Amino acid sequence: MTYFLQQLLNALQLGSIYALIALGYSMVYGILTMINFAHGDLFMVGAFFCFIAAAVFKLPFIPTLLFSMVGVGLLGVGIERLAYRPLRNAPRVSAIITALAVGILLETVMLIIYPYPLSVPVLLPNITWTIGGVTISSLKVIIIAMAVLLMLLLDFIVRRTMVGMAMRAISWDKTIVPLMGVPINLVISLTFLLGTSLGAAAGVMYSQAFPVIDPYMGVLIGWKAFIAAVVGGIGNVRGAMIGGFILGGVEIMVVAFFPSTYRDFVAFSLLLILLIFRPYGILGKPRPQKV
Amino acid sequence: MTSKTNRFQGPRASWEALMAKRWLLPVIIALGFILSLALHLGSFNAYYQLTLIYICINVILTVSLNLVNGYMGEFSVGHAGFMAVGAYTGALLSTRVWPVELNPFLFPVTIIIAGLVTALFGLIVAVPSFKTRGDYLAIVTLAFLFIVKSAIENIELIGGPRGIPGIYKLSNLPWSYVWMVIALWVTRNFVYSNYGRGVLSIREDEIASDLMSVRTRQVKLLAFVLSAFFAGVAGALFAHALQFISPRVFDIVKSTDILIMVYLGGIGSIAGSILGATVFTVLLEVLREILGPFQTWRYVLMPLVLIFLMIYRPRGIMGLREFRWFIPARDLFASQRWRSKAEAKKKEAADAAAV
Repeated sequence: MTYFLQQLLNALQLGSIYALIALGYSMVYGILTMINFAHGDLFMVGAFFCFIAAAVFKLPFIPTLLFSMVGVGLLGVGIERLAYRPLRNAPRVSAIITALAVGILLETVMLIIYPYPLSVPVLLPNITWTIGGVTISSLKVIIIAMAVLLMLLLDFIVRRTMVGMAMRAISWDKTIVPLMGVPINLVISLTFLLGTSLGAAAGVMYSQAFPVIDPYMGVLIGWKAFIAAVVGGIGNVRGAMIGGFILGGVEIMVVAFFPSTYRDFVAFSLLLILLIFRPYGILGKPRPQKV
Repeated sequence: MTSKTNRFQGPRASWEALMAKRWLLPVIIALGFILSLALHLGSFNAYYQLTLIYICINVILTVSLNLVNGYMGEFSVGHAGFMAVGAYTGALLSTRVWPVELNPFLFPVTIIIAGLVTALFGLIVAVPSFKTRGDYLAIVTLAFLFIVKSAIENIELIGGPRGIPGIYKLSNLPWSYVWMVIALWVTRNFVYSNYGRGVLSIREDEIASDLMSVRTRQVKLLAFVLSAFFAGVAGALFAHALQFISPRVFDIVKSTDILIMVYLGGIGSIAGSILGATVFTVLLEVLREILGPFQTWRYVLMPLVLIFLMIYRPRGIMGLREFRWFIPARDLFASQRWRSKAEAKKKEAADAAAV
């Protein structure tokens, strides 16, 4: 039982990181119906910005987090402006291919700058308490709490503010809403800013929890977060959070009770089974198609 | 009525005239085979030969993925998974099952069996595609890729994460060429068959084509199985060209490479598949020569080229277009016949009115 609780804490930590990345996928998808495959690599850039701030500029944790979030957020906005905006009316696949290309570009540029895996200084206090046999480290608690805080903040922005209303409106209809005076480009830029900075926050947290980073770390985690977004129902903010926690939970529990090499196998088999019964994810609704 | 030849002027006209000479295509295919045989027997520079073999393999991969992603309009990212199944089946057959001395003679059988086994795996992806589409199907294919990779890593009997070393070098240029021609020919005939037209109608609108009595399930199944078959063939060829395979070779990056070749060449086009695979492979090798010690810069230039291509030519080099050589005469002239018939009818009506 204590073993299970211990693993549950790990699952929450991994799940909150997946959920933060999945949110970025889901927000961009919701507003542009485009899968931003560069998102996993923006997460990686976030981890590297964390390294730069922490190891080069020797900043404490909060400024590091802000530095990384703002830096990657601006990078995301720039990518949208330069690479995705010209393709807004192009076929969907060309946008997807561009996103894949941007991802490879980010990986390679990072590989040129930092050819070797780096170890990030851990900035968060790492105190461990033992309660009833379960070892709780302050690092994990802080990561989970911050992730949940960021998610609540995002949920608030999307559901309660004017900007969030504009985002939801644009994802509803991209032709009519600009006619009502909503600045569509600004709203899309803001969506990218929010989504990618959440990805960067996930990168910072990941590099605190698992302090060795390399330029290809974003590939697998990015695809897994994408899966989390789909499990929750892509385009749905709350679904992305649920999907992230489910995927993190499944992965950690598989590692806890089976040989660790079966992690991907079991996680993805479960995903396939889930998609057979709920083809549109947990919170996603099938949209009626017109012929 | 103007004749067909002077619809265009200048170089375009001579290009059209060249394309109209349909007997040239078999000649070119035959010449290509003779050339590949000559290069092989004449022990041409091994590095160039290997590059040519990779071009052939990449063309097979591209055209088979184009069937699903281009013609059917799905977004499959699991092609490397099919390739892995084919590569492992082929490598296991040639290293463990066949007697060593018979290996070169059984190579075509090896490849066909690898393709068939992979086609069975194609069913795994085809069945969920009945219910889901678009991004959700992309996830199914992605999950398939991860499952295959993870399964191979966990089966100690076939080498686990270490892979299979010491595979015989059986893929030579003539064989790769022959398989490439077979893949292109079968795909072209499939696409211009009734089933192929069904595949196109699914891309345009699945529900409408269902209403127009296209058996969408059957058509999808066929497309996925055929695509998987050739991915398996390419995988087996690849294993016998590289002589070493491990699960790490067939990761998501390999899938991304194939996707890039498809969209670089252009969706829904056989000519585009050939061009895309050739341009991508050659460009990577040329960059390898030029850049020397700055190898990593290849993957800076490549995505940049791709981004600019997508912005200024989003359909790829040959998107939704085709060399006239590859279009069956029946389809090529059908529109002309239809037009002339309509004109004749109009004339008849005019004559009748005059009388």
